[in-house]
Amino acid sequence: MAGLTAQAPVGPPSAGPRRSARRRGVRDTQTRTLISSAQLNRPRGRIAYRIVLTLVIVIFTLAFIGPMYFLFSDGLKSTQEAIQVPPTIIPAHVHPSTYGTAWSRFGIGRLLFNTLYYAFGALALQLIFDVAAAYAFSKLRPVLGNVVFFMMLATLMIPSTVLIVPQYLTVASLPLLHLNLIGSPAAIWLPSVANAFNIFLLKRFFDSIPDDLMAAAAIDGASPLRTLRKIVLPMSRPILGVVSIFAVVAVWKDFLWPLLVEGGYSPERETLNVGIWQAAQTNPQNFIIAASAIAAVPTVVFFLIFQRNIMSGLTAGSLKG
Amino acid sequence: MADTLVRLGKVKGSSDSMRSLAGGRLGRKVRRNLSAHGFLIGAVICFAFFSWYPIAREIIMSFQKTQLGVTTWAGWKNYTRIFNDPTFWQAWRNTLEFTVLALIVGYAVPFFVAILLNELRHARGYLRILVYLPVMLPPASALLLFAYFYDPAYGLFNHVLQAVHLPTSQWVQSPDTTIPTTAMISVVIAATWMNMGGATLIYLAALQNIPGELYEAAELDGAGVFSRIRHVTIPQTRLILSMLLALQVVATMQMFVEAFILTNGGSGTTVISVVNLIYQYAFALSGASNYNSASALGVVLMLVLAVFSGGYLWLSRDRD
Repeated sequence: MAGLTAQAPVGPPSAGPRRSARRRGVRDTQTRTLISSAQLNRPRGRIAYRIVLTLVIVIFTLAFIGPMYFLFSDGLKSTQEAIQVPPTIIPAHVHPSTYGTAWSRFGIGRLLFNTLYYAFGALALQLIFDVAAAYAFSKLRPVLGNVVFFMMLATLMIPSTVLIVPQYLTVASLPLLHLNLIGSPAAIWLPSVANAFNIFLLKRFFDSIPDDLMAAAAIDGASPLRTLRKIVLPMSRPILGVVSIFAVVAVWKDFLWPLLVEGGYSPERETLNVGIWQAAQTNPQNFIIAASAIAAVPTVVFFLIFQRNIMSGLTAGSLKG
Repeated sequence: MADTLVRLGKVKGSSDSMRSLAGGRLGRKVRRNLSAHGFLIGAVICFAFFSWYPIAREIIMSFQKTQLGVTTWAGWKNYTRIFNDPTFWQAWRNTLEFTVLALIVGYAVPFFVAILLNELRHARGYLRILVYLPVMLPPASALLLFAYFYDPAYGLFNHVLQAVHLPTSQWVQSPDTTIPTTAMISVVIAATWMNMGGATLIYLAALQNIPGELYEAAELDGAGVFSRIRHVTIPQTRLILSMLLALQVVATMQMFVEAFILTNGGSGTTVISVVNLIYQYAFALSGASNYNSASALGVVLMLVLAVFSGGYLWLSRDRD
């Protein structure tokens, strides 16, 4: 479902100040929307608005915080209480030790480390190779560059889930090199570089950087690599942030691919997602929920801290495409 | 090539400066191209190994068979085999049912939620965080939680239904087969809860880009709230609506993890999806794993998705 959060690119660097000004304008409650403020300020409008607002807050809190409440509280129950009929809303007896036991039984420390290792390795490789490729397509424009770019874009039409079988066989025995990558981090890192969407985002951003800057750097004798490091990258922070979020989230949320290439009942190399699912097959309900809760903590905390950056990164300037 | 250029230079001016100029320019061009290709090489190798080659290999494998380690051509046999498998049709029916239900629920609900949130003057930040929070959960966490809620014996959902004196349900394990099946609706509910945040935020951003004057003008013309949605909001967000529609269809057609976890690793066929079936053909049938049938099914799904996204691109280019 990563595609759902996928966005058209952020605007050109020159649009920076203008955009932030507009965003401030949007937050401003004076902006005219479907229903005018004047209408809401009439006595009847005000009452109706209050009712709707309360209803929305209550319903949304129930719908979205409700399940989260059970995610974190049901792990505190004892094994009996977790499958008792009828279920209790508030744990009758609180067993915080369930969390500790779930942590060690599911090997969550190890799973967490693996996932971080895979996610940031994939991020590093994507930042190196995809940025370099997008820079070449956008600024260096080599012979046949457009053909290669088009061939990469064409892969967007064929999502990788469809290709799991040949991809799995390829990773199990790399053609020409005859390497078996199954079980090694490279099985997640290298395929993640083949990400046409990120290259497309980066290229569109680089396209908006004036060629005059490139020419000026070349006249001063800067090599393409130096130009990339000293001029292009510092101007591209917003898009690098967006691409980084996409890269990490994609590895973090993926299930089928890590199940195939890092799975096999071995917590030594499984991801968090696959590992807790696999351990859930043989553990009682209260441990499953406690482990799910622990697994959810890192991303939830990360989101709550960086929510402004994440949400604006996902939507900023997305609608001009 | 270089020689010809140098010779040309000789014929024209035959001065040393001309020669070095021509040679230098060509050398620079070659060097520039080489370094540009150097920047490309990492990504190109990864695409070649993990994207382009697998596409070709999937098509080739779908026409092959492997017996006792010997691979031979099989013609259309893999295709006739999967077309004769009742589970194949079941999986397609389920996938299309999921796609349609996920569109009705997961496409319309975020749009109206976004319209609602955009009208509120308070608590907007809080509500946006709420809607997006489940997107940040690892899918296994969210789905194991829903599997717990859905449990027919001790699950929370049946308890709530009992409390308000409604008949309880088997949820994902429901055996009924009339479309829409209870089992599939359960999968859609979990999937929508997990994923609607992304679409909602994109719609919200789209709504905020609608110029307020349009609403003002519509109001002056006497348009009510619903006709304002119909004639201002929807046309103004048409582009993003159609783009998300296409993305969502492609994403839901590849549904895997929801059915896989909610049915304990894909047991039974009530909610099996096409990608679940590819997985079963290739990896799950113990001892009789068949990569070739799985490839044939992969090619069928690939064609369906390619035709869909090709059609979408063609239509949207036509319109704009």
